[in-house]
Amino acid sequence: MSFKNRHVISMKDFSREEIDHVLDTAEKLEPVARGMEKSRLLDGKIIALLFFEPSTRTRLSFETAIQRLGGQIINLGSVEASSVMKGENLADTIRVISKYADLIVLRHPQDGSARMASEFASVPIINGGDGSIHHPTQTFLDLYTIRRESHLEGLKIAMAGDLKYGRTVHSLCHALSLYGAEMTFVSPPELRMPAEIVRDLKRQNIKVGETDSFEDVIGDIEVLYMTRVQQERFPDPEEYEKVKNRLKLTGELLENAAPDLKILHPLPRVNEISPEVDETPYACYFQQAFYGVPTRMALLTLAMGVIE
Amino acid sequence: MTDKENLKIQAIENGTVIDHIKAGQALNVLRILGIAADCRGTVSFVMNAPGAKGRKDVVKVEGRELNVEELNRISLIAPNATVNIIRDFVVLQKKKVVLPTYVEDVVRCINPNCISNSTEPIKSRFSVIRSEKGGVVLRCLYCEHVISENIAEHLV
Repeated sequence: MSFKNRHVISMKDFSREEIDHVLDTAEKLEPVARGMEKSRLLDGKIIALLFFEPSTRTRLSFETAIQRLGGQIINLGSVEASSVMKGENLADTIRVISKYADLIVLRHPQDGSARMASEFASVPIINGGDGSIHHPTQTFLDLYTIRRESHLEGLKIAMAGDLKYGRTVHSLCHALSLYGAEMTFVSPPELRMPAEIVRDLKRQNIKVGETDSFEDVIGDIEVLYMTRVQQERFPDPEEYEKVKNRLKLTGELLENAAPDLKILHPLPRVNEISPEVDETPYACYFQQAFYGVPTRMALLTLAMGVIE
Repeated sequence: MTDKENLKIQAIENGTVIDHIKAGQALNVLRILGIAADCRGTVSFVMNAPGAKGRKDVVKVEGRELNVEELNRISLIAPNATVNIIRDFVVLQKKKVVLPTYVEDVVRCINPNCISNSTEPIKSRFSVIRSEKGGVVLRCLYCEHVISENIAEHLV
C-alpha cells in the first residue's frame, strides 16, 4: 500500500485498510509527537500551510507535527497581505506554491476547494478543512482517539449537538460505518442528522437511532461525540438562538454512564459540556486534541513517501 | 400515431430527431444540447404532441448528427427520450438515450458556496446516479452536494 503523492481530500477516498494503515503509522509516530523520540523524517522538506481562514487548532497541530519531524514551513502570512488580495485565483496560487513546497496543507472557506486544488497541484494536497463539507484530518484524529481510548470495531457511539451543520460528524459517520459501529444521533429536531446520511447508513445495514435526550443513550454507549452548535453555520440567527443551549452535558447526566465511556469533542467548546465533566475519567477531548499531532504526522509522512 | 402525424415529426432530410421527450422539456433539451438562438441550422420542435403514452415533445435538429455524449446528457431531464439519426429521409439509427455516469459543464451546483460557482478556472462536474425510485441524482464532485429534483432548473 503506497500513499506517496496521494492527496487527502475526503474520507470517502479511503478504504478501511487504508484508514487502518494511517492509524497504525500514527501510533508508531506517537513517541515523536510527545517529544520522547527525535525524528528527522521530514528533514529538507518544505510544507506550505495555506490557511485562507483562521483555524488556530488545526494550524498549530500541523506546525507541531512538521517541526517534530524536522520539516520546514512556509505560509501565506495574512491573507490580506497575500496575492489573493490582488485578485489571484486559488488555482494559480496552488500552481505557484506547488513549485516551492513538497506538500500543501490547505484550509479554505469554499466547499470543494481542496478537491479543486488537487487538480492544479503538482504536489500532494492535504485538506485542512474546506467550507462546511470536509475536514478529513479531523476525522482521522477522531478515529485514532477512539481506537486508542476505546475500540473501533462494532463501537456503540452517540453523536450529539449540531448534527445538521457539523462536518466532523458527517465524515465520522461514514468512516465508522466501515467498522460496523452502532450510532445514535442526539439533537434537537432542528439540528438532526441530514436524512441522506441516515439513509446511506441504513443502506449499509448500520444500526442507527435518533433521539433528543442524553438520558436515552448515556447508559448504553462507549463513546459520546459532542459537537458545538456553530453560530457561523446558521443562515438564520433566530434559529441559532432557539437551539444554542438545548443540549448541555453535565456531571449529573453522567451518573448513569457506563464506566468506560469516553467523551470526545473536536473543540472549541462553548457551553455544551459543563466544566465539571473535565475532571471525570470520561473526558477525553484534550487528549483527543493531542492525537491530532501523530495523526497529522502520519498523513504528512505517508503523502510525501518518507514512510511507506 | 397516424402516418400523417409521424410525417410531421420525422420528415427531415438529414439530422437528428429526438422523440419521446417528456412534455414541456423540449426547450430544456435544446439548452442541454447547447443549441441557442444563434444556431445557424434549422431546429424545430413539437410540444405536447399526442403519443402512445400520453403527451410528449419532439425536437428536430437538421443537418447535424449529434454524438453519443451530447445525446446521453438529455437523459438527465428526459430519461425516456429516443434518438433517430436521419440520412436521406431514412432512419439510419434509432436508440434510447443512456444515463451517463458523469457530466461536466451541464448543470450548475446548487450550493452557493461551492468552488465550482466561483470565478476559478473550472467547470462544474457531477457524478450521475440512478435513484432507488428510478429518478436521477447528481452529486457535485467538488462539494458533494446532491441535486435530486428539478434538474432542468439548474442547467448551465
